[in-house]
Amino acid sequence: MKKEVVVSMRNISKEYPGVLANDRVNFDLAEGEIHGLLGENGAGKSTLMKILYGMEQPTEGDIYIRGIKTAIDTPKSALEQGIGMVHQHFMLIKNFSVAINVTLGMTDRLGYRLDERRAIHLLQEFYSEMTYFKVDPKGIIEELPVGIQQRVEILKILFRGAKILILDEPTAVLTPNETQELFDILKRFTKDGYSIIFISHKLDEIMELTDRVTVMRDGRVIGEVNTKETSKEELARMMVGREVIFRLPKTKQQQGAPVLSVDKLTVDTDWGRAVNKLSFSVHKGEILGIAGVDGNGQKELVEAIVGLRAKTSGVVMLQEQDITNTHPHQFNRECSYIPEDRQEEGLIMEYSIADNLILKNHNQEPFSKHYLLDKEIILNHANQLIEDYRIKTPNAQVMVKALSGGNQQKVVVSREMSKDPDLLIAVNPTRGIDVGSIEEIQVKLLKHRDEGKAILLVSTELEEILSLSDRIAVLYEGEFMGIVSPDTPVESIGLMMAGTRHRGEGEQDDQ
Amino acid sequence: MINKFIVENFLKPIAFIVLAMFIGGVLIFLTGKDPVLAIGSLLTGALGGKTQIAETLVKTVPLLICGLAVAMAYRSSFFNIGAEGQFLVGALASTWFAVSVQWPSIFMIPATFLVGAIAGGLLCGVVGLLKIKTGASEVINTLMFNYIAFRLVGYAVNGPLKEGYLPQTASIANTALLPIIWPGTRLHIGIVLAVILAIVLQFILFRTVFGYQIRAVGLSARAATYGGINASKRILQTTLLSGALAGLAGSIELMGVTGRLYEVFSPGYGFDAIAISLLARNNPAGVIVSALLFGILRGGAGQMQRVADVSMVIIYVIQALIIVFVVLSMDGKKGQKSIGNKIKGLWGKKWTPLKGGAVDE
Ligand SMILES: Nc1ncnc2c1ncn2[C@@H]1O[C@H](COP(=O)(O)OP(=O)(O)OP(=O)(O)O)[C@@H](O)[C@H]1O
Ligand SMILES: [Mg+2]
Repeated sequence: MKKEVVVSMRNISKEYPGVLANDRVNFDLAEGEIHGLLGENGAGKSTLMKILYGMEQPTEGDIYIRGIKTAIDTPKSALEQGIGMVHQHFMLIKNFSVAINVTLGMTDRLGYRLDERRAIHLLQEFYSEMTYFKVDPKGIIEELPVGIQQRVEILKILFRGAKILILDEPTAVLTPNETQELFDILKRFTKDGYSIIFISHKLDEIMELTDRVTVMRDGRVIGEVNTKETSKEELARMMVGREVIFRLPKTKQQQGAPVLSVDKLTVDTDWGRAVNKLSFSVHKGEILGIAGVDGNGQKELVEAIVGLRAKTSGVVMLQEQDITNTHPHQFNRECSYIPEDRQEEGLIMEYSIADNLILKNHNQEPFSKHYLLDKEIILNHANQLIEDYRIKTPNAQVMVKALSGGNQQKVVVSREMSKDPDLLIAVNPTRGIDVGSIEEIQVKLLKHRDEGKAILLVSTELEEILSLSDRIAVLYEGEFMGIVSPDTPVESIGLMMAGTRHRGEGEQDDQ
Repeated sequence: MINKFIVENFLKPIAFIVLAMFIGGVLIFLTGKDPVLAIGSLLTGALGGKTQIAETLVKTVPLLICGLAVAMAYRSSFFNIGAEGQFLVGALASTWFAVSVQWPSIFMIPATFLVGAIAGGLLCGVVGLLKIKTGASEVINTLMFNYIAFRLVGYAVNGPLKEGYLPQTASIANTALLPIIWPGTRLHIGIVLAVILAIVLQFILFRTVFGYQIRAVGLSARAATYGGINASKRILQTTLLSGALAGLAGSIELMGVTGRLYEVFSPGYGFDAIAISLLARNNPAGVIVSALLFGILRGGAGQMQRVADVSMVIIYVIQALIIVFVVLSMDGKKGQKSIGNKIKGLWGKKWTPLKGGAVDE
């Protein structure tokens, strides 16, 4: 196999204040390959790719494109070299059409006017060459599912002539189906001469999709292997530096009294009914998992419980207390919540780590007394959590926006878990977190339950639900298709996720 | 190592002003005037002697307090461009009060302050209420409310509060006048109050629970709400505080300088305050420095016009340049570097009121 090397990054180093994010990294991409990039949170993957895409300048090192040394100082010059990147957080204008989003800023072909018709025309012209990858040019971004929005991001760079695609954790927000569709398309791309760099924390995906894998740790390249000649276990060992257990030690647990009881909860949104008369309870010492394809009412259900969304009808009881339609701070008192979207909901990006870690209890002792914040205690608290959760940062004063994606997630998780809540609602708690830390967090979740606390786990990762939950409720179009034990065959859970009711049981089969 | 606080609050504003004055100088040169003479006379006009320094400080007082008003509101993502109107309404209410009653100074001065602060606070608070209840843009509303304030003052000095032949009110009670702190000049105690206010607000913003909450709301109302903070309530409280500050500035100007209200009571202090707050990156402590710098520009402008025959308009050019520099030196929204994003970052944030669920604390 002798394919041309299209990108060669030599001895790349990148220093941020207090952090060596890339340390003399060498990275090669061959024509037509899918090259996985793997590494712990904060290992430097995104940084390396931002350098290749011209968003960051390396402190040292050179980039060769097809053997020619090239300076890439802006995304524009990267695109001129045929390199495009799709970020984990989309950069689309929500209330504009697909066509406008794809063509925006291409003044050489469109001029300076927002001409919808011309944009659509250009896109359709493009589709005539690219027959198998299309999105309706007239669609409005905010009305499209996440998987399609991601296609628009990919279209944006293809339209600008990219032949080398960088995808930074593209599957983190996708449903299993959407992931599969993306993989099919990516494989098809390679046949047409596209080369792809693929970042993911999911080892199964890396094994399935890639031809080669580069593993990074602490800013350095640990090794490069052919996917066919390696295994999940070996990759995990390479990136974490130790063995990773993939099966969690879960003991049988005695269930206690209900902590959260939801009765006939109904939530209507502008688009229609999101949650339909749901009744269930979460007990002391149990993890109730809510499985389901994203967008089946999970978000609305959880927000209604927490107090972030108006309920149409129904009652939410916390222990003995009715918290229906109260401000979230009522819920926050004894309970915790890990929201779905860390950047919009979980974190204040321009606050330091220390300040983010007290978001839920800044107005309580010891963090404040008589309305005055105690800076020293706040810092000590932060340093403790940074150590416990191995949050990678030079210090606690760093703004959260300067952390890597997975480390941002760790800030949220550590804050919510450290309160030792009676009830924890966790939505995709390990999204974006590396395998080593996933294991640590899952062990912490189990320990929390073993201490007699209640956890409501909402996750689109079926595997996570299966390995953690004591009972699994499957949500489909705002209703439970059944509440089953985790020993239930995966196939029947899959069927329930697609809308089949579990053996004729009614929706309120809780007690 | 120079502390980041000093760089942000003191060195950067000074650097921007110097750079803007330099470009202003080039412009003066291009119009065929003598830039060295112009800038020189600007400086001597502002700082050349006892009277000049005192006059510059007198102008700094309203600029500083209005600057604080804008800065505090901005911290909770409320873009208050109505400080001018709140300033006027504060002065108007205080005038009404201080021509109607005459108590001993110890009661009269605080009471007159209070009346002005309440008037300003209400004017701004209404806009705050509209924003949190309906999502109405405060940028438009505070601007419109300025016109209400202009007309109100116009009506008062030509109508109910008019005294004599000129469109102005009677002098306010003697006991409401602020003491002069530099004998032989017009410099009054207001400058001390203003500086203390700035320091107190800096402390509130960064060391108290309230400050933590309003900054959180300003940076991300969504995340703050998820964190249990009542975002609507905090925005409303900050708008009241902001308006109260601007109203208070109006009272102080009345009680320290003019002693009566008339039609062109403010040369636009409330508008300059926006640029001042911006230059200080909305840090109360920084507002002290930037208000003083603007005070110097204003204080020396007359002299520059007389001596160097350079139009005062050049001062506005310099102010505009300062804003451009500040914007260019900012991080854009979400850290993006395009100018469009930076300008978007300047604008008050869009606010969608929470539907239900979140009720009061
Ligand atoms: N703008 C920045 N300023 C300061 N430090 C930064 C900045 N961006 C990244 N870093 C630091 O550089 C290191 C590498 O970050 P990077 O985002 O490349 O990690 P990553 O491998 O993509 O991790 P993850 O899997 O969590 O996304 C981290 O320690 C991070 O804190
Ligand atoms: Mg990353």
